[in-house]
Amino acid sequence: MEDEKKVLEEENNNSKTQYSLNDDRRVKVLSPGRLVAKRFFRNRIAVIGMVILLFMFAFSFLGGVLSPYNEDQFFYRTDELRKAYATVTENVQYRYNELSPEFNAVIQAQALNANNQGKDSFTYRGVTYTITQDGENLFSVYLDGNKIGYAYQDIVNTLDGSTPSVEYQYAVLAAYCNNLTSFEFEGVTYEVDEVGMIMVNGETVGSVGKYIVSASSVDVNLTQNFKEKLLVAIENGQDQFVFTDESGLTAEYDLTFDPSKNSWSVLQYTSTTVFDTYSAPSKEHWFGTDGKGMDMLTRLMYGGRVSLVIGFIVEIISTVLGVIMGGISGYFGGWVDNLIMRIVDVFYCVPSMPLIIILGAAMDHMHVESQLRMLYLMLILGFLGWPGMARMIRGLILSLREQEFMTATEATGLSVNRRIFKHLVPNVIPQLIVSMTMGLGGTIITEATLSFLGLGVKFPFASWGNIINDVNNTFVLTHYWFIWIPAGVLLLLTVLAFNLVGDGLRDAFDPKMKR
Amino acid sequence: MRKYIIKRLLLSVLILVLVTFLIYGLMRLLPTSYIEAIARQKSQQPGSRSYEEWMELLTVSYGFDKGIVEGYLRWAKEAIRLNFGDSWFYTVPVTEKFHSVIWTSFTMSAISMFFEIIIAIPLGIIAATHQYQRADNIISVIAIAGISLPTFFFASLLKLVFSVKLGWFDLYGMIGRNYEQLSTFGKFLDKAHHMVLPIVTLVVISIGSLMRYTRTNMLEVLNADYIRTARAKGLDEHKVIYHHAFRNTLIPLVTIIGGSLPGLFSGAQITETLYGIQGIGLTSFNAMVAGDIPFSMFYLTFMAVLTLLGNLIADVLYAVVDPRVRIS
Repeated sequence: MEDEKKVLEEENNNSKTQYSLNDDRRVKVLSPGRLVAKRFFRNRIAVIGMVILLFMFAFSFLGGVLSPYNEDQFFYRTDELRKAYATVTENVQYRYNELSPEFNAVIQAQALNANNQGKDSFTYRGVTYTITQDGENLFSVYLDGNKIGYAYQDIVNTLDGSTPSVEYQYAVLAAYCNNLTSFEFEGVTYEVDEVGMIMVNGETVGSVGKYIVSASSVDVNLTQNFKEKLLVAIENGQDQFVFTDESGLTAEYDLTFDPSKNSWSVLQYTSTTVFDTYSAPSKEHWFGTDGKGMDMLTRLMYGGRVSLVIGFIVEIISTVLGVIMGGISGYFGGWVDNLIMRIVDVFYCVPSMPLIIILGAAMDHMHVESQLRMLYLMLILGFLGWPGMARMIRGLILSLREQEFMTATEATGLSVNRRIFKHLVPNVIPQLIVSMTMGLGGTIITEATLSFLGLGVKFPFASWGNIINDVNNTFVLTHYWFIWIPAGVLLLLTVLAFNLVGDGLRDAFDPKMKR
Repeated sequence: MRKYIIKRLLLSVLILVLVTFLIYGLMRLLPTSYIEAIARQKSQQPGSRSYEEWMELLTVSYGFDKGIVEGYLRWAKEAIRLNFGDSWFYTVPVTEKFHSVIWTSFTMSAISMFFEIIIAIPLGIIAATHQYQRADNIISVIAIAGISLPTFFFASLLKLVFSVKLGWFDLYGMIGRNYEQLSTFGKFLDKAHHMVLPIVTLVVISIGSLMRYTRTNMLEVLNADYIRTARAKGLDEHKVIYHHAFRNTLIPLVTIIGGSLPGLFSGAQITETLYGIQGIGLTSFNAMVAGDIPFSMFYLTFMAVLTLLGNLIADVLYAVVDPRVRIS
């Protein structure tokens, strides 16, 4: 600010007072740094890049703070689901209860056959059996006057689900099939109503009927009351019914008949809480939610943070290594230079991308923790990046060393330290900044590519690359553009901005550049 | 000249030995449990060798029972004879799998390189001759945008627009559904049709750097004294640019293009993976992700050879093409 004021004052003075032509004050003097800044800000494209970068930093680092959500916060929504609740099967086949072992499967079949033909006796292997029709869909089979068993279609249930005795069943059936309202069994009077409820003194103890009601899942306990209502609904031919249980919960049920199985399925409408996945942009979620039910905008902010931080750390690692190695190599020359350059050659030939993929797959296999993985990724990328930097620094130092100003520093007897840090290093720094800026873009792309392939930054951490990774699912590619396009655009803009700024800086640093 | 080439060749071989040793060392450093787990996984596949056999195979071909140097020597001895063992993932000899996929990658890369050259160089020249004018600005921004485009994002965008919305191309794969019923020419057309999007992707992604390179070099040449001389003697601008300047720009261009020729064989990993092109990129990617150590070793070595070859060609071409460079 102070400098700017001074310049302004100078400019004002210039316009007011007239200096002689060779007066130094006629010439405006700018420091090299200000010259660079001036040239940089004159480059409109570079300034656009700068603005984009500033926006990205604000978006990534401030955005996460301002966002009402967390990086790993899940969102839920409720879905109306039709869930299979129970099935009702109508029994149309005879079942058999045997009272003595003579009533075996063969006799059962013979008896059924005879009954269907309306006969009241049949002979099998010289033995004659007699049949008595005891009611609708109920008949008994006798051998030599002794009852050996009976066949029935209506099923007798007890309230607690235990199997009632054969005799009790017969007593119930005899009453139910003959439309009697009460019967006596072992000294107790039972009452049977028209839907088949068996009661003792007004209390339900069981039921009888041709419908078998069974729950569709083990955790569903069907109450007798529910079964009753359900059977009434089925008898009436309804395809929907509403039931309110003892605790007052009302639920709606769909009844669908399946003729092939002769059964009704009872579907219950339930609201289930599910992850709010792939929901479209809305007021709560400006960019929608992703495949895991997380807020997309927040993920993008945190993803930007990860991408930028990884980019910077990788670039710092490789620059530090590159400057040290390249500096030593360039300044000292001789066999040291030769040795370091051969090492650089070797590292330069190591194919980095395949290597990282292999290491990534190995880490995948060993279930390396996400955070540790991110650290490894940075170290590997940084370590693989130094040879290029070392080469550049070495070339730069080699050419600077031969220049007149370096000879001059030597001639004036400056110390080695001073020569390196006061005269050599400042001349390297512009190039260093340019190549770091450009390199950052490249590193961010590399990281994003790896994360895209699923070998870089892993869940729960977000990265622009692993957000776009969802696109591998073709349905997401075609239907949910808001999942992957914003991340891609942010990534593209960031890398573009780094490259534009790098370009602008290079032009600005180069004093030979004319515009 | 010959001496120089021989010297460079010998140096390259030395570097290759060191690089392969490094790669071998890294593979050896992979935790044993990882390798054992893969062998166990392999052995559980139907009709596979038993776990012991897999481990034995590995031990034999990679010298896991020996020290790192001895093991490397054993591997190198086989590798020189182009015997890289059997791929774990593809269950055929590595070189056989390599032969069956390399030409797809090569064709794809060669075609895209052709387009890259005929688009990038003229645009680079236009940018340089119109420095800081509108044409230059547009071309420079396009070039930087091309460099900045993440391959996977661009490819996904192309797929969304051209495969999903317009339905012009298949989303995935190298051949159409009715490929087998087509005539020979129809088959060729079908394959070409499936290559369009991958090639467009490759061209757009790689065009930027060549464009910038052309521009930078052309600018350098245009500032040279002999261009000023040519203009001073009254030649028309067209002749100055295409006769005097462009020829001199060709020197660095030929060098860099020559140097990138071996790269045609390296395949395009991301593009091939995204479009399902059965080239070396996709093949090696699948192998590497599946922990196929024989194939990975081979691929890494192959890539190192390509890089070395590229450097060698570039250096030699530089010396050959530029008459000012004399090797002593």
